Amino acid sequence: MIQFILKRLAVAIPTLLVLIVVSFFLMKMAPGNPFAGEKTVPQSVLDNIYARYGLDKPEWQQLAEYIYNVVFRFDFGPSFQYRDRTVNDIIAQGFPVTFTYGAWAFVAASVIGIALGVVAAVRQNSWADYLSVGFSIGAQVVPNFVMAPILVLIFTLWLRWLPGGGWNGGHWSNVVLPVIALATSYFANIARITRSSMLEVLGSNYIRTARAKGLPGWKVIFGHALRPALLPVVSYLGPVFVGMVTGSVVIDLYFSTGGIGQAFVNSALNRDYSTILGITILLGALTITANLVVDVLYAWIDPKIEL
Amino acid sequence: MMITQTLKAAVVAAALLSATALTAPAYAAMVPEGTKLAAEQVFKYRVLDNINTLDPQLVEDVDTSAVVRSLFEGLYNSGPDGEPVPGVAESYDVNEDNTVYTFHLRDAKWSNGEPVTAGDFVYAWQRAVNPETASNYAYFVGLVGVVNADAIVAGEKTPEELGVKAIDDKTLEVTLAFSSPWFIRTLSHATLFPTYKASVDKGIDWTKPENIVSNGAFTLAENTPGERVVLKRNPNYWDNEHTVLEEVQFLTINDENQGLTRWRAGEVDQTDVPAGQFPALKAELPDNTFSVPQFCTYYFSVNMTDKQPNAALADVKVREALSLAIDRDVIVNGILQGGQQPAYSFTHPLTAGFTMPEIAAASMTQEERDAKAVELMTEAGFGKDNPLTINYIYNTSEAHKKIATVVSQMWKEKLGVTMNLQDMEFQTLLDTRHSKTYELARNAWCGDYNEASTFLSLLDSKSEQNDQGYANADVDTWLAESKTAEDPNVQYAEIEAQAAKDVPIMPIYFYAKVFMQNADVKGWPYDDVEQNWYAKDLYKVAE
Repeated sequence: MIQFILKRLAVAIPTLLVLIVVSFFLMKMAPGNPFAGEKTVPQSVLDNIYARYGLDKPEWQQLAEYIYNVVFRFDFGPSFQYRDRTVNDIIAQGFPVTFTYGAWAFVAASVIGIALGVVAAVRQNSWADYLSVGFSIGAQVVPNFVMAPILVLIFTLWLRWLPGGGWNGGHWSNVVLPVIALATSYFANIARITRSSMLEVLGSNYIRTARAKGLPGWKVIFGHALRPALLPVVSYLGPVFVGMVTGSVVIDLYFSTGGIGQAFVNSALNRDYSTILGITILLGALTITANLVVDVLYAWIDPKIEL
Repeated sequence: MMITQTLKAAVVAAALLSATALTAPAYAAMVPEGTKLAAEQVFKYRVLDNINTLDPQLVEDVDTSAVVRSLFEGLYNSGPDGEPVPGVAESYDVNEDNTVYTFHLRDAKWSNGEPVTAGDFVYAWQRAVNPETASNYAYFVGLVGVVNADAIVAGEKTPEELGVKAIDDKTLEVTLAFSSPWFIRTLSHATLFPTYKASVDKGIDWTKPENIVSNGAFTLAENTPGERVVLKRNPNYWDNEHTVLEEVQFLTINDENQGLTRWRAGEVDQTDVPAGQFPALKAELPDNTFSVPQFCTYYFSVNMTDKQPNAALADVKVREALSLAIDRDVIVNGILQGGQQPAYSFTHPLTAGFTMPEIAAASMTQEERDAKAVELMTEAGFGKDNPLTINYIYNTSEAHKKIATVVSQMWKEKLGVTMNLQDMEFQTLLDTRHSKTYELARNAWCGDYNEASTFLSLLDSKSEQNDQGYANADVDTWLAESKTAEDPNVQYAEIEAQAAKDVPIMPIYFYAKVFMQNADVKGWPYDDVEQNWYAKDLYKVAE
C-alpha cells in the first residue's frame, strides 16, 4: 500500500510539470496581455511593467524561473491583475472560502444522495422509489445557474432570511445558499448511481443467502449490501469532491463569494498569467490527490482489489 | 447653489487672469439645518470584482478610484458639480503663462497622526513616473504636463528630475512643460495623490489594512478582493468634523441583475441598473431610479491605415454614408433606454468649458441623413447591385451585440450593405484594434479629466489611443495650438469639424450612468459628469 502511494506520488510530479508547461504556453498563445485596457499605455510604460514582472525575458527563461520559484520557494509570484497582491495571497484568501462551502455541499450531496439511492433501491417500484427518483431528477434538471437565482429570490427577496451573496468572513448565513445551490446539482447523480448499484448488489446470491439465513432487513442492507454498492459511488465522488472544493465557477460568480473560482475566471479574462498558473497547479494537485484517495478507499472498501 | 457659483467664478478667474491665489471653501457633507440623520451611517455600494489595488499610483479603473478617493486626498478634489474644490491644498498661485503652479498646503494629517507635507506629494509623483513602480498610469503625469515626466517614464531621466518640488513642508511647486489653464482639474486623479513613504517601503503588502497609512476621510478596515472593501471614518482627517458617514462598504456583486435583487432586499444602497431595465424601474420606483450623464463616448473606429483590409472603407464617401445611415435615436431610445444621448461628434457635450460645435449631421432629420447616405454610396459606386460587405468586431456583451445587430439592419435596409458581426473576448479586441488589422471596431472613451483635450487628443496622429491610425496634419496643429490658445474652443470646433468630414470614427452615443439608490442617501454628485463621488460628502437621513 505504502509503495503504491509512493509510486503514484512519483508519477504526480511529472504530471504537474507537464500541466505547468502546457498551461504556460497555451496562456501565452492567447491574444492580449495582462496590462492592456481600454486605454492604451505608451510603449515605455509597458516596457517598465514587463521589466517589473520579468515578462521581457525569453519565454523559456520565464518558465524556468517560475518552476524554480514554485518548487523551491513555494512562491507563485505576484498577481498581474491585483497589483498589490501575490498569487499566494489570492489562493490563501479564495481557497478556504470555496473549500468551506464546497466541503459542506459535498457532505450534504453525499448524505442525501446515498440515502435517497438506498431508499429507492430497497423499496424499488414503490412510491418511495418514485418520489426519490423524481426528486433527484427534478434537482438535476435545474442547473445551478438557475437554482442560485431561484434560491435568492425565495430566501433573500421574499422571505428575507438569508443574504443573497457575499461571504462575510464565512458567517453561516452567507454559506447556506451556496451550499444548497451547489449540492443540488450533484446529489441527483449520487442517488442514481447508488440506486442502480444497490439494486445490482441486492439481486446477488450472497444477499439472498443472508436473507435466507434470517438476518433482519436493515442488517442485510447496512451490513452486507451497502459497502459493495458504494464502490461505483466512491469512484464518482473523487472528482466531484475536487470539483466542489475548487469552486464551482458559477456559484462563486453568482454569490460573489470571493472564492477561488471567481479568481480563476477573472484571471483568465484578464490574462493574469501568474494567477492562472497558480490556480491551475492547485487544481491539478488536488485532482491527483483526490484520485489517489479514491484508489486507496477502493482497496479499503473492496478487499478483492489489491494495490 | 451659492457655493458652486462662487467657486466656478473663482476657478475661471484664477485660470484666466493667472497669478492670483485661489482660496475657495472646501466641500464636505452639506447637511441642511434641521435634517434628522439616520442612526446608522453606513453606505453600501455595489462594485464589480475590479478593486484590484489600493495603491493610488497604480489605480486604473473607475470603481477602484472611488475607493482610493475616500482613502487618500489629493491637492484638489472635485465638488458636487465636478468643479475643483480644495483638498490638501488650501490655495494656489500660478504664473502668467500657466506653467508654474505653487500650492499652499493646509494642516492635514496622515491616519497615523503625522503631518501631510509637500514632500509627500513630491515622493508620490516621482513614484508614479518611476519605472520601478511600473504603473499603467505613469503616462498621466506627462499627459497633464509635469516637466520631464515622459522622459523619466522612458528611463531617460531620473525621477528626481520631475518638475515638482517642495519649497518647504507647506509649499509645493509644480512646473509644467506647456501652458495648462486646466491643470487644477487633473489633481483629483488618484495618480497624483500623496503616499506615505514609510508605509510604501513595506513592499507589496503596504496596502493591507495593518500597514496602510492614508490621508483621506476614511481608513482601510478590511480588504477582501472579490468580496468587499470596508472603510472606516478617519479621526485624523483635517475635516473630520464635517464627515457624517461612519463606514463605507464596497461590495462585489458580479452580476448586475443579482445586484438589483440585493438592492431590493436592502443589502446595498446603490447598484447599477441592468441594461434595458431603466424605463420599467423608473416607472416602478421613480424616486430611486437615476440616470445622469456620464463622461464617455461610444463610437465605431474605422481603420484608417494602409492595413485596412477593406478598400471601400478608404473612401470617405462610404464612411460618411455609413455614419449617416446609423439612426442614433433608435439605439438610444429603443435599445439602451437609459437617458443616453445620440452623438454626432466626439467630445462629451457636458465637458467643462466646451462649446459644442455645429455638426451638420446633428441638425438633419434622419430622413435627410438617409437620403444623403444613399446618394454618397451611389457616388462611391455601391448599391443594391454592387453591395458592400463590412466586417465589424466588438467585445462580447449583450448591449454591444444589440447595437451591432440594429446597425447592421439599418445598413442592410438603407444601403444594401452586409455587415458581418464578429464578437471576441475583450483582450482579443484590444489586440486586434491595436494591431490595426480590423475594418470596423467598437470603441469607447471616458475622459480622464474634465477638459475637452481628454477626448480630442485621441485624434492626434501620435496618440497611443488613436486606434484608427487617423493622421491629419491640421488636427495635430490645432491640438498643439489649443494648449496655449486663449479660447481653445476655436481649435476644438475645427478638430470636430475635420473629424466629422474625415469620419475616422462614427460617434454613436454619449453614456449615461443609470443606477438605483436608496432614498435616504444624500449628497451624491448627480451634476458631476465624471461622477467622482466622495464618501465624505454623503450622509444618510432618517426615513
